[in-house]
Amino acid sequence: MGKWSRRAFIGAGVVAGGGLLIGVAIRPGNRSEELSKHVINDGETFLHTWVKLDSDNLVTAIVPHSEMGQGAGTALAQMLADELDADWNLVRFEEAPAVSGFANYSMGQAILMPDAEVPSFVMPSVDGALIKTAQMLDLQITGGSLSIRSTGTYGMRVAGAAVKQMLREAAAQTWNVPLDEIVARNSVMAHEASGRSAPYSAFAELAAQMVPPSSPKLKSVDQYNIMGRHVDRHDLPAKVDGSAVFAADVRLPNMLYATIKRSPTFTGSIEKLDETGARSIKGVVDVIRLASEEVSSMFGNFTFSESVAVVAEGYWPAKQGLDALKIQWSTTDNNAVSSATIFEQFARDIGASVDRGSDVQQGNVPQALANAATVIEADYQVPFLAHTCMEPLNATAVVKNGRCELWVGCQNPLGFRKSVADALGFDVDNVILHNCLMGGGFGRKSRPDYAIQAAQIAAQVGRPVQLLWTREEDVQQDFYRPAIMSRFRAGLDAEGNIIAWENTYVDKHDPFEASLIPYAIAAQDIGHVSSPTHIPFGAWRSVAHSHQGFFTESFIDEAAAAAGQDPYQYRAALLQHRPRELAVLKAAAEKAQWHKPLPAGRGRGISLHSSFGSVVAEVVEVTVLDGELSVDRVVAVIDAGFAVSPDGVAAQLESGVIYGLTAALYGEISISNGAVEQSNFHDYPSLRMPESPNIETHIINSGATIGGAGEPGTPPIAAALTNAIFNATGKRIRKLPVGTNLS
Amino acid sequence: MTTLTINGITQQLEVDPSTPLLWVLRETLDLTGTKFGCGMAQCGACTVHVAGNPVRSCVTPIAAVAGLEITTIEGLAPGPDQLHPLQQAWIDLQVPQCGYCQSGQLMSAAALLASNSTPSDEDIDKAMAGNICRCGMYGRIKNAIKTVAGVQHFDPAPLALNKELTNG
Repeated sequence: MGKWSRRAFIGAGVVAGGGLLIGVAIRPGNRSEELSKHVINDGETFLHTWVKLDSDNLVTAIVPHSEMGQGAGTALAQMLADELDADWNLVRFEEAPAVSGFANYSMGQAILMPDAEVPSFVMPSVDGALIKTAQMLDLQITGGSLSIRSTGTYGMRVAGAAVKQMLREAAAQTWNVPLDEIVARNSVMAHEASGRSAPYSAFAELAAQMVPPSSPKLKSVDQYNIMGRHVDRHDLPAKVDGSAVFAADVRLPNMLYATIKRSPTFTGSIEKLDETGARSIKGVVDVIRLASEEVSSMFGNFTFSESVAVVAEGYWPAKQGLDALKIQWSTTDNNAVSSATIFEQFARDIGASVDRGSDVQQGNVPQALANAATVIEADYQVPFLAHTCMEPLNATAVVKNGRCELWVGCQNPLGFRKSVADALGFDVDNVILHNCLMGGGFGRKSRPDYAIQAAQIAAQVGRPVQLLWTREEDVQQDFYRPAIMSRFRAGLDAEGNIIAWENTYVDKHDPFEASLIPYAIAAQDIGHVSSPTHIPFGAWRSVAHSHQGFFTESFIDEAAAAAGQDPYQYRAALLQHRPRELAVLKAAAEKAQWHKPLPAGRGRGISLHSSFGSVVAEVVEVTVLDGELSVDRVVAVIDAGFAVSPDGVAAQLESGVIYGLTAALYGEISISNGAVEQSNFHDYPSLRMPESPNIETHIINSGATIGGAGEPGTPPIAAALTNAIFNATGKRIRKLPVGTNLS
Repeated sequence: MTTLTINGITQQLEVDPSTPLLWVLRETLDLTGTKFGCGMAQCGACTVHVAGNPVRSCVTPIAAVAGLEITTIEGLAPGPDQLHPLQQAWIDLQVPQCGYCQSGQLMSAAALLASNSTPSDEDIDKAMAGNICRCGMYGRIKNAIKTVAGVQHFDPAPLALNKELTNG
């Protein structure tokens, strides 16, 4: 029951929680099978699932998150090492294996009880329930910008502090001196009075026999040594010499390669298949049809349609084989669907407002609108978006003797393992999943379809198979950021003050608060109607914030324009009750020299949006000459509470800005005859170096609860861009993408 | 039989000569540092050097490069346990995020500097325009190229960041 008792873990075979979790000590010679892989040398002692201290005094943090580029591993290790007072040069990290013991409970807590402020980490009754829930959900997810603020805050720091306390107690016992005379610094225990000192590892075995403390004392900000400091990411050397092993780089003896095609309309089935052409290509081994599959996961249930894979001695013959297949897909009702019909449907459903759900209802909006001197209204819309991770989807599988071994890069290893086990009809314990480096994730790699396909193909061919999707399949079989339409009305009094805010949009998606505004507007009515399409939905970097940030920050800009006021001052006046947001907005305006006049043809736009516990404001400068747009400069300010890894936060902001700019300028997945029209980077372009602006990032450490970094940079950028275009040209962009030709 | 010289090693391969170099590198020779991103010379992840020029290996049949000097990311460094100056700059400026595109970025940048040791901003933009980075690290890539080219008059925004930290 929430005790950091090794006995409970070993006895029960599950991780016992202490605080928000995971205190595990394993005596050498009594290691569980899964954990023993991480204890390779005889001198190593497992103190804790998240901390390994070996005889060379090296500390290894076992990180229960997946690396898709965000550098979370390094920041998590910083949090652990700081509380442990370890020598940073003696700290390593590795990703936790996909076994139930590593279920990401603290993330479960953040999702299930997002508002819970847990004053002490030891709340046995809470933890017990959470551990059970997390295991049921097979939770080992990377997403929601949660690694640092949840696992780091509730897990790593506690783990580091607990281990340090145990080591100090062990040192005090060994030297027979009072505990408070033991100083832990740079991975060395010292007792000044007697002049004794020894590396942490000298006390590892004794500490491993102790019951870990239930609520170790954490440092205050002024005691931080490693948190908040720049440290080089651990994973970069392997990423500059080609030695980093991504999922697609896995090579197994006797391995075959496969590539695949699924129904373009997402629901069609195969009516006729002529395999002759494919089978006549040298190197092609087999053509395999996979039935449609229904998957239930913690993200809900989803279905993917029938598909056909070509298996060959290499990817190239497999790809040629795929191109040579003659597939006739069945026609369904969805064949009549296009982007135009989808947006018509949205407009109709918003107009009808049947079963409108409410996000916010305060004040009397109809009355305020009736009293308004000016009423403005506008419809906004955004298209579907694909993720296009640099590394096309892939997975490598071996299935034999009732067991499946899988190599994949994914954001949810335990969930993938469960889905693959279900699809094969195996018990989860008979699926071993090796999570590999991801060449991008952005939300796409939380859906297990590609891993299931690889396992099913491997089960049929009886040899190891690497399934590698074509880029075309990646673009056309995504789980997309949804297309959304949002309708606004606002009322302004005679002085231009905004007195009413009315907003109805289609399709509510997580997080709930994405559509809310921080501004002091007395009468607000924000709601949504359901308007489903057959296009598969998926989480896309920042999820609903990606479009809501564009909508609300564009329309507040319209209100400022209608009031004839400066858009920065207008926002600031409405944020007097929100000092954190106001400070971030002000900092962005100052850093961007908001009031410095720009020459003709240039414009500046500002935007503010909070997501995942962080507040971000961005200012964009553009030039529009003869209808040609260029984005010159972006100033981005974030308050993530405290930046554990400042350069990591800066990199995430830069990344979030470019990802969002790509979408705002070019991103459009359009639908024709029920299927996606785009197929590769030539028609679904990505921002390239020549079009990329200078990005200046600034961090405010306000001391607020730690927020996320991976996503919050994305939501404000589209509105900052279109507000800048408005400032330069007077043209208000209400539909994305913008394109680079504005004439 | 096709004769390929890769990273200084010449070998004869029994592979269909129309096969793109990318797949021979990755699958036949296990040189997996060169990446697949698009298959149509749009993203640059597969960039290698052929006779010193940056080439997209995903659309280059091995027959077209037989007998020519091919260098991949694995052969970019001057020797074992050494780094090419660009590789060092990539670490110094903490360029990669996911890292998947970086082999291609480095090969394009190295080819640029080999032919133009003092590139202008425009030269860099032009040479790097064929390489997509979905993590959006273009600013860092550009700065890293400039540090190696010895151009000091640029704005090292990412480097300046740490000095601006304030504890509130």
